[in-house]
Amino acid sequence: MKRHALSTRLWHWLNLVFVVILFMSGLTISNAHPRLYWGDWGFAPEQAWLILPRFPDWMTIPGYYSLAVARDWHILAAWPFALLLLIMWVAMLANRHFRRDIATDRQEWQPSNIRRDAAAHLRLQFDHGPGKYNFFQKLAYGLVLGVILPMMIFSGIAISSGMEPSFGWLVEGLGGRQSARSLHFLFAFALLGFFIVHVLLVILSGPIRQMRDMLTGGGREEGPRDAT
Amino acid sequence: MRRRNFIVAAGATVLAGCNKIAESGPGTRLLSAAERWHKAAHELLTDRKALAPEYPRSAISPFFRGNGTTDPQEPAYRRHAAEDFANWRLEVGGLVASPMSLSLDNLRRLPQRTQVTRHDCVEGWSAIGEWTGPQLSLLLEAAGLREEANYIVFRCADTLNGDVYYESVDRIDAFHPQTIVAHSLNGEPLPIRNGAPLRMRIERQLGYKHAKYLTAIEAVASLDEIGGGEGGYWEDRGYQWYAGI
Repeated sequence: MKRHALSTRLWHWLNLVFVVILFMSGLTISNAHPRLYWGDWGFAPEQAWLILPRFPDWMTIPGYYSLAVARDWHILAAWPFALLLLIMWVAMLANRHFRRDIATDRQEWQPSNIRRDAAAHLRLQFDHGPGKYNFFQKLAYGLVLGVILPMMIFSGIAISSGMEPSFGWLVEGLGGRQSARSLHFLFAFALLGFFIVHVLLVILSGPIRQMRDMLTGGGREEGPRDAT
Repeated sequence: MRRRNFIVAAGATVLAGCNKIAESGPGTRLLSAAERWHKAAHELLTDRKALAPEYPRSAISPFFRGNGTTDPQEPAYRRHAAEDFANWRLEVGGLVASPMSLSLDNLRRLPQRTQVTRHDCVEGWSAIGEWTGPQLSLLLEAAGLREEANYIVFRCADTLNGDVYYESVDRIDAFHPQTIVAHSLNGEPLPIRNGAPLRMRIERQLGYKHAKYLTAIEAVASLDEIGGGEGGYWEDRGYQWYAGI
């Protein structure tokens, strides 16, 4: 079988497009009221737990300040983003990508293994350990697919237009509307953190091979690769 | 530096692409279609009659922020303010069987609804306050709302950037039990900052729908001929007519 299934590759690139649109239009929305609060309400600096900088126009969609246009982009991209994640999860469970490549077993969580994996990362060696991905890769992909991206969707639904009266439990579960808004922002930046590390590691681990594999699926693989 | 340049260039490319799409005919239609899909999905997934959350009085914010117009300078409004709004009238007209003109006293003597709700501004902030006033449904029923009235338009005494403020909702929001014509905030007459002497509370909607300095309620069949034709001051400037919380 190929290194990356077709469903994985399609989702990966489509998801990138929608996440970039969501992130950049989200920065415009942040610029509209660059303060974050906990709980149900908040409107003034003295209630804020974080006051954000103004994100410059080159980072935002649209490329000038327009909350109205940014909201249109955000809502437009949110639908395919959420539906694609759902489809990806169905595909990952059906083709066993999740169980085979991402789920960890108890042994991988042993401190000695984690230390070994960390040491290998520091030596910029990434193809090691049993299976396709090493422990930190599994952890990162598991967190992104299982926690960060779903939390973007749930916290997004909580603060999305018209949802709260029917999905009040979701807003309450996240600690109130302003808490949901804060979490939406925090998970967005956790995702940015993943994106930066992910791109950096692709560059450090043979960017041409990695990009080729993610586009074409890569060569057939028998067993685990040897450490390079 | 090179990586930063790359990111800037990549960002600029996405941006330029998005701006091009947004400015093209199909792009504009796609963006406004998204709003319609959102509305259709809501009708499928949610109950538009469901109530917005209400809070105990202990949850009320110590101060209720004002936004948009917070001190109208129009001479007619200043005169009313100087008289403590004693002669303020609320007209109920348009596609109704019997148009009405109500004083503040008339409104206060109707059955009242008091609700502690959260106000969510489209910008992202929230404040909690206690609002009191008669339900809009009461006024529309008393005036005899006609079958062909699809929308209720709210006329305001203030202008913002040279244009008269107005807003509109459909029949579902108009007859929602939490849609009231509020004359009081936290047990006191409305402050000017928050829309004295009357403002709409449409608790299922975002802040800009809650028209302040309310002078008239007008039932219409279509929004096309009103203001910029999009159904409200901010809608004429690109904001979603259908949004809400």
